[in-house]
Amino acid sequence: MSEDLTKAEVAEQTRDMDLLRFATAGSVDDGKSTLIGRLLLDSKSIFEDQLEAVEATSQSKGYDYTDLALLTDGLRSEREQGITIDVAYRYFATPNRKFIIADTPGHVQYTRNMVTGASTADLGLVLVDARQGLTEQSRRHAVLLSLLRVPHLVLAVNKMDLVDFSQEVYEKIHAEFTQFATKLNIPDLEVIPISALAGDNVVNRSENMPWYSGPTLMHHLEHVHVASDRDLMDVRFPVQYVVRPKSDEHHDYRGYGGMVAGGVLKPGDEVIVLPSGMTSKIAGIDLFDREVSEAYPPMSVTVRLEDDVDVSRGDMIARINNAPKPSQDIDAMICWMTNEPLRPRQKLAIKHTTRSARALVKDIQYRLDVNTLHRDQDTKELGLNEIGRVQLRTTVPLLCDSYSKNRTTGSFILIDEASGVTVGAGMIL
Amino acid sequence: MTETHADYRLSQLDQLEAESIHIFREVAAEFEKPVLMFSGGKDSIVMMRLAEKAFYPAKIPFPVLQVDTGYDFPEVLACRDNWVNRLGARLIVASVEEAIKDGIVVDDGKTSRNRLQIGTLLNALEEGAFTAAFGGGRRDEEKARAKERVYSHRDEFGQWDPKNQRPELWSLYNGRLHEGEHMRIFPISNWTELDIWHYIGREGIEIPSIYFSHQRRVFERDGMLLSESEHNPVRSGETVEERTVRFRTVGDLTLTGCVESEADTIDKIIDEIAIARVTERGATRGDDRFSEAAMEDRKKEGYF
Ligand SMILES: Nc1nc2c(ncn2[C@@H]2O[C@H](COP(=O)(O)OP(=O)(O)O)[C@@H](O)[C@H]2O)c(=O)[nH]1
Ligand SMILES: [Mg+2]
Repeated sequence: MSEDLTKAEVAEQTRDMDLLRFATAGSVDDGKSTLIGRLLLDSKSIFEDQLEAVEATSQSKGYDYTDLALLTDGLRSEREQGITIDVAYRYFATPNRKFIIADTPGHVQYTRNMVTGASTADLGLVLVDARQGLTEQSRRHAVLLSLLRVPHLVLAVNKMDLVDFSQEVYEKIHAEFTQFATKLNIPDLEVIPISALAGDNVVNRSENMPWYSGPTLMHHLEHVHVASDRDLMDVRFPVQYVVRPKSDEHHDYRGYGGMVAGGVLKPGDEVIVLPSGMTSKIAGIDLFDREVSEAYPPMSVTVRLEDDVDVSRGDMIARINNAPKPSQDIDAMICWMTNEPLRPRQKLAIKHTTRSARALVKDIQYRLDVNTLHRDQDTKELGLNEIGRVQLRTTVPLLCDSYSKNRTTGSFILIDEASGVTVGAGMIL
Repeated sequence: MTETHADYRLSQLDQLEAESIHIFREVAAEFEKPVLMFSGGKDSIVMMRLAEKAFYPAKIPFPVLQVDTGYDFPEVLACRDNWVNRLGARLIVASVEEAIKDGIVVDDGKTSRNRLQIGTLLNALEEGAFTAAFGGGRRDEEKARAKERVYSHRDEFGQWDPKNQRPELWSLYNGRLHEGEHMRIFPISNWTELDIWHYIGREGIEIPSIYFSHQRRVFERDGMLLSESEHNPVRSGETVEERTVRFRTVGDLTLTGCVESEADTIDKIIDEIAIARVTERGATRGDDRFSEAAMEDRKKEGYF
């Protein structure tokens, strides 16, 4: 992004630019809030009154610099404790892209919040303090992002100003992390030395680190290629809502509303409706009052079929030779999100795409130590913020893919039937 | 037939639209009695448009609820009626005046109409036994909103518990409720102010005329430009004069300030916002300025 870009120029392009969702992770005090404040400030997404409020608070607290972290630490209890306790969403835009940041807390007791933020992210941004180097926490953050199949990862080595912008410090962290990352599933990795407080290599290239020839953080965020991360091969259309006007004008209209989860749908395509197995052809695809020639992820459209087959919410439209296998036995990695542990024989509600059912916990195979990647086979239960491999049996078949193939048809949530609270997040193996 | 992009890209505005439509359909499918809360402002007009698209060619499968403060701009009410008539939607009006008469809320002369709306709204939701209420909140508006879920759970008292929110992952929303509880739904959570304006421009939809530059008799109070009105007697020392203004938000006219502006088209408004240096709430909403945590407090009480 150029330095003298005006907000007006940004506005010009808001309409046609694309979208990058990224999740940030770091331990307390690594500088996450400061970095986000810096990105908002340098992309001119901060308004005068917001900046003034933050400057006033900083002054009243006796700081000699503006605490940019105050821009993002929203809830009162967080301001009081000075830490980030829940996922907060932030927005900024450059001429090329709009960005949605899921700012997640770093503590181990907030693993569930980080999993939440990472679930929709295209890119994960892990911060480390250059003085401390990689910690158990940074490794855990990388493991979680890889488990959630976030396709792009950035390791930002922050506070370079406090280590005299030393290349040696950077190289050591770089080498150590690259080594660790080979054990994970990280298709794309970038390691960037920055100072969030001073702004080095955030938006503007650092004059203090001439030895670094890679991109600045903002340049990387603006240019990382995300379109190819979607599955455009395997058609998956979970039926969400049956549109039936029952009006004189549209008497016979029957359409299936939903969001395309995979592949490209076209009128004339032969399709199969699951779980019934009935086949038909796509008669038309409607986007409000116009017909479109194609639908692909993540479009919300209404699909009409040529035959009067029985289709309802929870069904899935796919291609005849490329359909998910309906199954009642689910093998998944589960992140447990509540105090009362997950135990075998437990019954829970499950929501997968637009389908809801009940699930029985058949077996907990192992608990994954997210710091060491060790698999604890002796575990009898999964506690809060723990992740493990679990076998479930569901009351009705789910139409699922593996999470590594499709993050929409491969994911589910578990709900406690008594409290109604979301207690688990699952990624199908 | 419309050609879609050859490279299978979807602009960010199209992605936001798709996400919001998904949310509307999800709620309509899973909740027994949803309702759309319509404030007359640009955000709730965008919500009406998204709801229209989500169910087309069927009518929107839930009613529209508006809280009439008694201090609403007539231009806003006119726009509301046009929208409701065009969509053939059912309109429910919950009146603050009636709520005062019925003793549901107490007008002590000091409490703002925006605050009295809370009790009126909660009462209307309870009377209608609504289980899901769509609101036009955006996460970019205010720090407390930045952490709010798309499905925001409210207890039997209509309160929000910011520390005890349900995790919300992927696009899998959890709509489970107990008796007496309800869900606030924010389908445009991820839209920014600029997105809203671009969308209104792109869709060519009607918004209240007070958003556009016009001549108005105004006076200054607490650094805000307020509209002359029978509901808002001018105090000594305040002078009324005619200026060229527009409103950036709509609400209780005794508290909603306008800004001097020549912007009489959407494009000019977008240009103006793009170079504006003050957030919309900071500029023109009297009731958010009382404390930094004002919004968080009002949300806990059940404010939109
Ligand atoms: N010197 C220096 N201090 C920084 C830098 N980034 C953050 N800090 C400071 O580190 C502390 C923690 O930052 P904060 O953003 O709140 O960390 P968070 O807990 O990760 O959100 C604050 O005092 C920041 O001012 C940096 O690049 N250089
Ligand atoms: Mg922080």
